[in-house]
Amino acid sequence: MVNDLQEPNQTLQPLRKPLISLRRYLGDGLGWGLSTLAFLVLTSAFFSIIGNVFLRALPVLHLNLFTEITNGIGGGLKNAIEGTAILSLGSILIAAPIGIAAGIYLSEHGAGKWGSALRFLSDVLVGLPSIVLGYVGYITMVIYLGWQFSVAAGIITLAVMLLPYITRTTELALRRIPDTVREAGYALGAGEGRIVFQILLPGTSSAIMTGIFYAVALSMGETAPLLYTAGWSNYMWHGHMTKEPIGYLTYVVWTFINEPFKESHMLAFAAAFLITFGVLIFILLARWILARTQRKLGGL
Amino acid sequence: MKFSIFRISLIATASLLPLSLLAIIVFLALYSWPAIQYNAFHFLWINDWNLGNLYGNPITQHGQQIMPGAHYGIWFLVVGTLSSSFIALLLALPLGVGSAIFLSEGLPRTWGTLLSLFVDLLASIPSVVYGLWGYAVLVPFLAKHVYPSMAHILSFNSFFGGQPGTGYGLLTTSIVLAIMMVPLISSTLRETMNMTDPALKEAGRSLGMSRFQVIWHIVLPNLRTVLMGVSILALGRALGETMAVLMVSGNALNYLPDNIYSPISTMASFIASQLDSALQDPTGMAVRALSEIALVLLLIAVIVNIVARLMLWKRGYIHGQ
Repeated sequence: MVNDLQEPNQTLQPLRKPLISLRRYLGDGLGWGLSTLAFLVLTSAFFSIIGNVFLRALPVLHLNLFTEITNGIGGGLKNAIEGTAILSLGSILIAAPIGIAAGIYLSEHGAGKWGSALRFLSDVLVGLPSIVLGYVGYITMVIYLGWQFSVAAGIITLAVMLLPYITRTTELALRRIPDTVREAGYALGAGEGRIVFQILLPGTSSAIMTGIFYAVALSMGETAPLLYTAGWSNYMWHGHMTKEPIGYLTYVVWTFINEPFKESHMLAFAAAFLITFGVLIFILLARWILARTQRKLGGL
Repeated sequence: MKFSIFRISLIATASLLPLSLLAIIVFLALYSWPAIQYNAFHFLWINDWNLGNLYGNPITQHGQQIMPGAHYGIWFLVVGTLSSSFIALLLALPLGVGSAIFLSEGLPRTWGTLLSLFVDLLASIPSVVYGLWGYAVLVPFLAKHVYPSMAHILSFNSFFGGQPGTGYGLLTTSIVLAIMMVPLISSTLRETMNMTDPALKEAGRSLGMSRFQVIWHIVLPNLRTVLMGVSILALGRALGETMAVLMVSGNALNYLPDNIYSPISTMASFIASQLDSALQDPTGMAVRALSEIALVLLLIAVIVNIVARLMLWKRGYIHGQ
């Protein structure tokens, strides 16, 4: 009986095995190599952008950038810095309360059809090209309402753009709070409003702040929605909401680089430097807050 | 059911979101109505944008007042927008997929999270800064060192060969757009790859597949819908990108790209650059024609976004930040 057992056909094994493993080694090596290359390309693009903006802005980063206003080809950036601050702050002041309220609605009562329709539409709103928002701001507020190029038109256009972002981050933050917390509140006799304002919002304030910081960063870097709503001004703002245009940093970047003068180019890079690093600081701050709260929650 | 005042005010505020979307579409359609009546929608296929003789007397055509000789055809914008966005997507996909594989599977988790910061931060750089980088760094570099030799090597093909041009044009625009699109693709893919059921990967490994084979044959095919959805989403961003395109595209007028280095113009950048000259038209038809372009761009963006969101939602993946 034992002799009847056939030996397995050994001749195939040594022929096929090296072939398979060679293909495997080559395929794996190629795959990992290309993946690493893709990452390296992106990282070098990032450092090229940041490095160039930094190095070319460095020679012009004087104090008079912050004390002088722009003139035709050069000067400082005082008016543009002020304008960017006003537009960002104003648009956040409008978008934050509305966005947070919409986020509360979506997380607390948005389980049904109406809620998911709302969520869907706000996702679509995120995808609208910002120049289209700017153009609608132009035809409605600048022309039809007769506000002309103005702070109000710029702020409202930006606020519409920021709304869906703030709504979404608020909703996601609130949904992370377990239902038992709400039930505990109801059991103590608290009403809907009291639960939202005294339990849910304080508990998620840092996550909501993260969303608002992202929105600030977004509003600082925008140009297209402001071109035909806020206009441009070489002077400081006099406090009129309508009929007075205002300057902002991103506008300096794109117009002054087209001037034939070296001084204007340097100013464009200085503006790009302020914008880029302003945005990065807000983004990193937001990520840091989020990471810190997540660590705190994880420690509970 | 009785609603409290608190609940009613929440509903009222929340409905501002869809209302603003609706208002945008309605206002744009109303404002561009004369242009829609004059152009209908076949202005998309005509390649002739001309404001006409702005010093002549307005004439009446199709019931609308226009300047003599005015034409509002935007075929070159349609071609420029679609070609630059699709080439950008072709460039962005391998970069996005590759970097996602490297960051989520190729590195230990802590290193992956740390290094992914560089890719994620690319998303936060303002588009005008991308434009500035393209204008001051990329365009001179490509025009001097890359395009001439590339056109020489690929001279057997008229689309890749031909005149390498000044550096402003289709390919430069696509490269800049691709770098702007990648973070979205990469981060979404990375998140969903991390969410993939570990049992699937273990099953693959136990069959003797290598780590890369598991990613390539099991994890990625599983994420096909997500990848397609996020690609369409990224395409939508590229279609509507304004400032960066404005600064590197060469802003062609009535010119169809004959090779990959040709100057182009996109709908979004055209709206941004042409309003000043359109305002010179005393009949106002030029401004309304621009508004019709904005309406077309808006409809494309809405359709693209709806398709992308439906695909992502079907997979149960909701994009957070």
